[in-house]
Amino acid sequence: MEIDPFIFRLSIFILSIFIGYYVVWSVTPSLHTPLMSVTNAISSVIIVGAIIAALAGSSGDIFDVSSIFGYIAIVLAAINIFGGFLVTQRMLQMYKKKKDKKK
Amino acid sequence: MISANLSAVFYLVSGILFILALRGLSSPDTSRKGNYFGIAGMIIAIVVTFLSIGNFSTSLSYVIIFLLIGGALGAFIAFKIPMTAMPELVAGFHSLVGLAAVFVAIAAFLNPEAFNLGIVGDIKLASLIEMSIGAAVGAITFSGSIIAFLKLRGIMSGSPITFGGQHFLNLLLGIGIFVLIFYLCKTQSTNIFWILVLISFLVGILLIIPIGGADMPVVISMLNSYSGWAAAGIGFTLENTALIITGALVGSSGAILSYIMCKAMNRSFVSVILGGFGADNSTDSKKDKQDQKPVKSGNAEDAAFLMKNASSVIIVPGYGMAVAQAQHALREMVDKLKKNDIKVTYAIHPVAGRMPGHMNVLLAEANVPYDEVFELEDINNDFANSDVAFVIGANDVTNPVAKTDPKSPIFGMPVLDVEKCKSVLFVKRSLSPGYAGIDNELFYKDNTLMLFADAKKMTEDIVKNLD
Repeated sequence: MEIDPFIFRLSIFILSIFIGYYVVWSVTPSLHTPLMSVTNAISSVIIVGAIIAALAGSSGDIFDVSSIFGYIAIVLAAINIFGGFLVTQRMLQMYKKKKDKKK
Repeated sequence: MISANLSAVFYLVSGILFILALRGLSSPDTSRKGNYFGIAGMIIAIVVTFLSIGNFSTSLSYVIIFLLIGGALGAFIAFKIPMTAMPELVAGFHSLVGLAAVFVAIAAFLNPEAFNLGIVGDIKLASLIEMSIGAAVGAITFSGSIIAFLKLRGIMSGSPITFGGQHFLNLLLGIGIFVLIFYLCKTQSTNIFWILVLISFLVGILLIIPIGGADMPVVISMLNSYSGWAAAGIGFTLENTALIITGALVGSSGAILSYIMCKAMNRSFVSVILGGFGADNSTDSKKDKQDQKPVKSGNAEDAAFLMKNASSVIIVPGYGMAVAQAQHALREMVDKLKKNDIKVTYAIHPVAGRMPGHMNVLLAEANVPYDEVFELEDINNDFANSDVAFVIGANDVTNPVAKTDPKSPIFGMPVLDVEKCKSVLFVKRSLSPGYAGIDNELFYKDNTLMLFADAKKMTEDIVKNLD
């Protein structure tokens, strides 16, 4: 009997939870705020679904209901992607060691 | 157009890059590289999506335009936002992820052909369950984050809003969501789908309004986790590995942060969610006690004198420092102390601030090197060997009652052993109790000198007196 592809996806999901568990425990507490902003940015990979939805409309009807939802979702996710990565970068630039202090 | 298999491989690559992005955060040195991994992963995912659809019609130009509009907005916010406002920003971003998840789920429901999920009215059962879970969790994340945002921003009062039967109502609505999903699967009715989304919005609001201001670190982490699970739900619907991996990563990350925050307050996750903490404590009897006990108070001159003659000083910052924007003045003060060969370190309690790691970012912004900043467990033993503890904007996290009085609501919470220092300088506006609504014993100790003033003003005055 063949295995349902859903089971494979579920396996990836569960294993990723474990990876996340171990990786996040090793994050230093002083970087917990950047951790939150970067997880924010990466979870906006949901933009993939938004793009599919937006491009799904037939060429005659670019703005049918479901692609409109897609377009809005693109804007929302893009704010998050750019905002999330850039603000993380901005924060990480500020973390300096003692030696760098005297320019 | 590239094959489905090839694009699946690329999505896997982008998922791995996201793992590396989080891995990089294990130390500040590797973190910047980690962030680039994350950006690379995102670019791969987006480009592969375009290539796999291969539909380069007019709609593509709209997609790019909307992408750039969002991107410009995001970049603008990222550069403009002050570091003290990070908690609000993160809450705001969570709400966007949530809403995006809802919209993608709606789009998939209305146009399942585009996603290979069947046709309208006959969507594959598994996909339907996945997308309704994605939509429900996304909607809860959205409205919950909006409330968190409003509370953090101060637009809405930070005090808990509670009413009779609240938990019962939440339970009822929670069950309602499952019943709706069940009927949705049976009937494939669009109306039920809309009701599901609306009820989920409502649940998000009801879930967050009873939670008080200082529990916000838990709330933000929890919503972080939810946004991950929503993304994972959508990932299952779209059969997209990158989204599933990311959703799982973000989901567990937020869950771990919530756990760390709860532990740092010695509170169970359930009691935080049920909310109402800090509102119902009868502080009247305690206020009488306050009036009777003698308090030593001093001015900037005394503080400067004490610190000048110390050989080691530990700074304990809290949310009050962020509110007063005193971090830059604080840094100036520390510079002066260091010039006099005084050893200065910073002690940070995990729940200082309104989100995990908030204080660290603020200190980093004020150019405090991160290797002078220590977490509770790393520095707690040093208080006994230090001359001065300078508490600025923190309160409950220094209260020795947590160690001594089993009746206290914060008993068992890990606290900084500030009282073990030879002398304690406590910058505070008044003797009012902290968030937990209890009196801080530290105020009345013989070795405590209270500095009643705004944190920023006091620090600036001390700087002047250090010359």
